[in-house]
Amino acid sequence: MAKLTIPRQELMHPGHAACPGCAPALAMRLLLKGLGPRTIVSVPACCWTVIATPYPTTALGVPMLDNPIEATGASLSGLRAAADALGYHDLNIVGFAGDGGTADIGLQALSGMLERETDAIYVMYDNEAYMNTGVQRSGATPLGAWTTTTPVTGGNRGKAEMKKDVMAIVLAHRPPYAATLNPSFPEDFVRKVEKARDLKGPRFLHVFTPCPPGWKYSSEETIEIGRLATDTGVFPLYEVVDGKCRITRSAHQLKPVREYLKSQGRFAHLTDDEIAAVQVQVQAAWDRLLAFERASTEPPSHGVTPTGPPARAAPPALPA
Amino acid sequence: MPRLVISGNYAQSYAARLARVQVISAYPITPQTSIVEKLAEFVASGEFPAQYVKVESEHSALQVCVSAAALGARTYTATSSQGLLLMHELLHWASGLRAPIVMGVVNRAVAPPWNIGADHTDTIAQRDTGWIQFYAESNQEVLDTVLQAYRLAEDLAVRLPVMVTEDAFYLSHTVEPVDVPDQSAVDAFLPARSPRGVLEPGVPSRVGSFTGPDHYVEFRRQVARGMEAVLPTLEVVEEEFRRQIGRSHGGPLPRYRTEGADVVLVTMGTMSTTARKVVDELRAEGQKVGLAKLRLFRPFPILELRALGRTVDRLGVVDRSYTFGGLGATATEVRSALYGMPQVPHVSSFLAGIGGRDVTPGMVRRMFDALLTGQPPEVSWVDLNPELEVAVHG
Repeated sequence: MAKLTIPRQELMHPGHAACPGCAPALAMRLLLKGLGPRTIVSVPACCWTVIATPYPTTALGVPMLDNPIEATGASLSGLRAAADALGYHDLNIVGFAGDGGTADIGLQALSGMLERETDAIYVMYDNEAYMNTGVQRSGATPLGAWTTTTPVTGGNRGKAEMKKDVMAIVLAHRPPYAATLNPSFPEDFVRKVEKARDLKGPRFLHVFTPCPPGWKYSSEETIEIGRLATDTGVFPLYEVVDGKCRITRSAHQLKPVREYLKSQGRFAHLTDDEIAAVQVQVQAAWDRLLAFERASTEPPSHGVTPTGPPARAAPPALPA
Repeated sequence: MPRLVISGNYAQSYAARLARVQVISAYPITPQTSIVEKLAEFVASGEFPAQYVKVESEHSALQVCVSAAALGARTYTATSSQGLLLMHELLHWASGLRAPIVMGVVNRAVAPPWNIGADHTDTIAQRDTGWIQFYAESNQEVLDTVLQAYRLAEDLAVRLPVMVTEDAFYLSHTVEPVDVPDQSAVDAFLPARSPRGVLEPGVPSRVGSFTGPDHYVEFRRQVARGMEAVLPTLEVVEEEFRRQIGRSHGGPLPRYRTEGADVVLVTMGTMSTTARKVVDELRAEGQKVGLAKLRLFRPFPILELRALGRTVDRLGVVDRSYTFGGLGATATEVRSALYGMPQVPHVSSFLAGIGGRDVTPGMVRRMFDALLTGQPPEVSWVDLNPELEVAVHG
């Protein structure tokens, strides 16, 4: 019998207020399994504000602090500073923010937290739109997706712009650890959480979290759609440790992106030509990732990797 | 107790150090910057073991303090003008989470046009955020008030954040002799923060949370109760400060020569020093005038104002700020405080010193003259230059 690699301890309780099939709920559950009870979670305005249940209840088995939507990075710096000042040396300080609260309005505070090397884990759970407010496009919404602010009408074809590459932005800060996670692959998910937990410094986890009402699919399909996202190359799983990339779920042959797009109502309007255009982009991004991984295993003769700068080197010593 | 010749900004820095703050967040803005520069020096030299977090905005500066305070740390930050306006959202978070943060604010004008002179509009505009607001007249008062502010903020009946403000340049960059109390005296006056009401590692809880109308009203009422506890608590804190450190700043509304006065001017911050001198001159000339310095703007000292109002005919309230489409903010508060008294003194609103314009003895005298010779207009822009007014509007 295979050894169970996912901890049994539950730090997220039943009775939470998530929709059926909510991947962000599953992401929190797996995250806390990997982190354990010595964790404090700071949560901005997002779906999890509601999922965690109203006063005086909580769905979490660890302390949770609410913070405004754009300030999660700063909240982590404050919690870590207080933990250091008060002698709490065994705490995981964790932010759990949506894609809008990270890629859009929270980008400045995230960048600040990464740059000042706050010893904390920032989790972006990415359901690719402002879901808590009712499906408005965010910077992380993919090309062509229907949202309430990118309606498919009057010749409009859903979101006209590309998805913001938050991992590339994060990697430009040269963090010790950044990874993509998908709750459809729970062993890989928890392994990455545990790896992040055991490192120091600013760590970033980009978690792919399908949303049944926002993406317009039936709630029992969340896991399957998550698997399709990775197996089509739409959301590849990889980790970057000190600037070196490793793909953690490799594929000799990606599945056609059509399978992924056709699984969701938000892409139902896309024509064959539009799907072909998405396929080209996904393939190009996958090829860049493969090149990044290849470059990570070669001797560092190139200096700069295709998608990310080299690992943070120790700053040069100042003359005495 | 050493006597140092330091700026109001350094008085803030020394006070934060004496208070043994554990977490400082720092973002530069003129004319606040030398507060956090001095604290950086203290920390970098190894003589002051605080966590010093260099943030990328004022918004994050206050979030750092809010989150650090939620875990139980004693926190300090400082800002001014635009930075305070950017913090506005977090000001509500701080009071709503009952975070006992103390923040130095250098009162500076708000753009446009850019102006770095003294002006209270930045803090007056934060009236309804649930912060206690002190306005200081001297660098000594800055230092002492910061120390008192921690006692007040962390008192379990209060548990609210405090702004200790000082006028740009008149205090922030002007040096004065300041008695800096011994660390042991401050430690006796200001013990470590009680850990009550904070996140506890390992214990499931949610700080912040969300509620419907079923609980929200009671959450707000609790903040109001904290505010209501400020004035009685301040009385105790000031008395202990006087006994242990040896100074008093006279409560929320210290008066000067108001006995038998018919006309009293109400001022805030540094212009009070100028006004006091003019009171002496007018008294020497036989005029029955006095001064009341509004040291505490939130909570507003309503009972103290009513006590003053019982004995005078006319009050002139000087605001170093403006409320477009109304009286000066403080004048409105004073009128409101006096409403319903059997014989309400007339209250005139003066706007003066805006954007760093000097409030001269001559200007103060003109305000007193207007009050003594009749009822001035409801609201007067005291130092307005009509010719320039035409020029700036083209």
